[in-house]
Amino acid sequence: MCGIAGALGMNAQPVDPRNIERMVRTLGHRGPDDCSVLVDGEVGLGHRRLSIIDVANGQQPMSTADERLWITYNGEIFNYVELREMLVAKGHRFATSCDTEVLLHLYQEFGPDCVHRLNGQWSFAIWDSQRREMFLSRDRMGVRPLFYTKSGGMFLFASEIKALFAYPDVDRRLDAKAVDQFFTFWTALSPRTMFEGVFELPPGHSMTVARGEVRTFEYWRPDYEVAEPGLDENAAAERLLELLVDATRIRLRADVPVGAYLSGGLDSTVITALIKRFTTTPLRTFSVAFEDPQFDESTFQDDVIRYLETEHESIQCTAAEIGRIFPDVIWHTEKPVLRTAPAPMFLLSKLVRDRGFKVVLTGEGSDEILGGYDIFKEAKIRRFWGANPDSKMRPVLLRRLYPYMKNIQSQPEAYLRAFFRTSPEDFANPFFSHLPRWELTAKLKLFYTSELRSRIGAFDPIDELRDELPKAFGTWDGFSQAQYLETAHLLPAYILSSQGDRMSMGHSVEGRFPFLDYRVVEFAASLPPQFKMKVLNEKYLLKRAVGGLIPPSVHKRKKQPYRAPDAVSFFGPGRTTPEYVEDLLSETRLKEDGLFTPAAVNRLVTKARTGQELGVKDNMGVAGILSTQLLVDQFIRNFRYDHHAERDTPVRHRQLPVRAER
Amino acid sequence: MQNEIRQFVIDNFLFGQSDRQLGNSDSFLESGIIDSTGVLELIAFIESKYEVSIADEELVPANLDSIDRVSAFVERKLQAKSAGVGQ
Repeated sequence: MCGIAGALGMNAQPVDPRNIERMVRTLGHRGPDDCSVLVDGEVGLGHRRLSIIDVANGQQPMSTADERLWITYNGEIFNYVELREMLVAKGHRFATSCDTEVLLHLYQEFGPDCVHRLNGQWSFAIWDSQRREMFLSRDRMGVRPLFYTKSGGMFLFASEIKALFAYPDVDRRLDAKAVDQFFTFWTALSPRTMFEGVFELPPGHSMTVARGEVRTFEYWRPDYEVAEPGLDENAAAERLLELLVDATRIRLRADVPVGAYLSGGLDSTVITALIKRFTTTPLRTFSVAFEDPQFDESTFQDDVIRYLETEHESIQCTAAEIGRIFPDVIWHTEKPVLRTAPAPMFLLSKLVRDRGFKVVLTGEGSDEILGGYDIFKEAKIRRFWGANPDSKMRPVLLRRLYPYMKNIQSQPEAYLRAFFRTSPEDFANPFFSHLPRWELTAKLKLFYTSELRSRIGAFDPIDELRDELPKAFGTWDGFSQAQYLETAHLLPAYILSSQGDRMSMGHSVEGRFPFLDYRVVEFAASLPPQFKMKVLNEKYLLKRAVGGLIPPSVHKRKKQPYRAPDAVSFFGPGRTTPEYVEDLLSETRLKEDGLFTPAAVNRLVTKARTGQELGVKDNMGVAGILSTQLLVDQFIRNFRYDHHAERDTPVRHRQLPVRAER
Repeated sequence: MQNEIRQFVIDNFLFGQSDRQLGNSDSFLESGIIDSTGVLELIAFIESKYEVSIADEELVPANLDSIDRVSAFVERKLQAKSAGVGQ
């Protein structure tokens, strides 16, 4: 696992290696083991390495023996062993046992179509020095990040935006439309990022850059058409388990020890159990515990540890600690967040790293692909009730929603009905499942200044998203539509990045996600929705598939999403508010930045300081406004590419000779 | 009293941003002013400010869903209290 960066002169102008060095200097956390830069005329490739497979021989940028193809690559191809065998049979010769070299040869053999054969998580750039063309690609689910921009006639790409900003004279401006997406969908949606002119290569996409032209194309997307309508439940459960076992098995391929995150929920328990029961890998597990019992899942974690007999360690996370590290968290997420939930994951990856582990397996992706989220359940109940709005009994089901949320549970009956009220005409709305969430979040727009409002103008994020839905969307059932919205957007843009890659790679730890093996994803998408949520039993098929493998308490427990203390991490009686918070939310600073109305923010802060229990919206307001201010501070006002340069490893430079025949 | 309630709603739910006209008869639910926690905050405010206690069956939009409705409801509660009934 690694960090990549590079530049390509759109008019064949040469690249200065020092500029590529500046880019990779920002990515030390992604790859502390090695740092190198290759320049070939108008192209520069930079690489930071976290050595995992073939530790001795895997240096990058790596080339084919004839030095025609060069690659800089971040990720893992889990089926590289099988691909290598296939390529050897076709006459390819290998110098290393590294997946990087397999990827190079696979590209040599199949060109851009090679990505269809990959099972893994990747972002890479391959430079064809003969054709003077670059090919870039990102994995199907968006596990590994890839950003790009154009500046001063150069095409620039990198694993993280900070590397793009390290290149001289790249504009750093907040994108007002992205802010508006954030205060609707909880994240900017790719290809947009929080910064104007900086784009993300969306999951399942590749791109080519050649002769001054950038072309982006989609090579994969999930499809929810039911494949075998008559499929028997038992057969489906067996097939799911088989796929998961194999997905886990190939994700344990590494030349370094592998750990697992254990939340105490179903998904991470399943992964831990599969490692334990179906492989011989010695296993260490890690978890977060909270001082506040409403977030803490230690009891369930203990059950799993006892049942599966793993060697386990946890960190105790406090609200004050979250408040303290939040600026570092945003430096890594490079986007604002409405929850502080990424912060404990950042602390956890530090523990893992301190214990000498570079790789962890986690249960990420299961809720999206196998139907675990409460938003799916909520939509199902609303649909059921909406079909018969006068029913007295149907809305009683609303109490089954969000059992872990005190505010919702203590809601008067009449209000619960009013909040979730639905009528049949809403059914046709493609965003039926998500509109209540988006509308609630959008209430935070009342904090916008008139200046920000006018920068956003007539832009409507929901209209834009509607125009970009896949053609098949309308043919999918409502449950699958909701799954698609989570899988295509929030999963890559928040779960796998802000809470995933960025938090683990912040401490040089690589996450691997068996549920996101594309074979599992495709199989799950092809199942009828009632296999995923049977009546109101979430992740039904998964529970059925893993029945005897996990502790009964975890099998039976009600779903509790992973959450962390939000506003109380910064404000409250007895809490010393960190100085940076006072500064960034001060009237002067808010006025200068011009995004949020100081008087309104002040009222929200005053409310938070009282220590009264804040609602979802107010908590999201505190985290969202503060993190946006932090983003502006760290990436626009006071950006420094050389934060950690002084204690960084030396850079290896190589320059290819100028080619006469060009 | 109507002004006190109005001020509470504007400060607490709109964070003082009253530029978008809030009518005294506007539904809190329809305008999205009050979310799932908001109604609990509103109840806590009424109970502590006016020293009345609100029974579960009174927690309905008919009593609580606009500035007008809340003031009328509180008036009724206060009258009942001074008459020594309903507590």
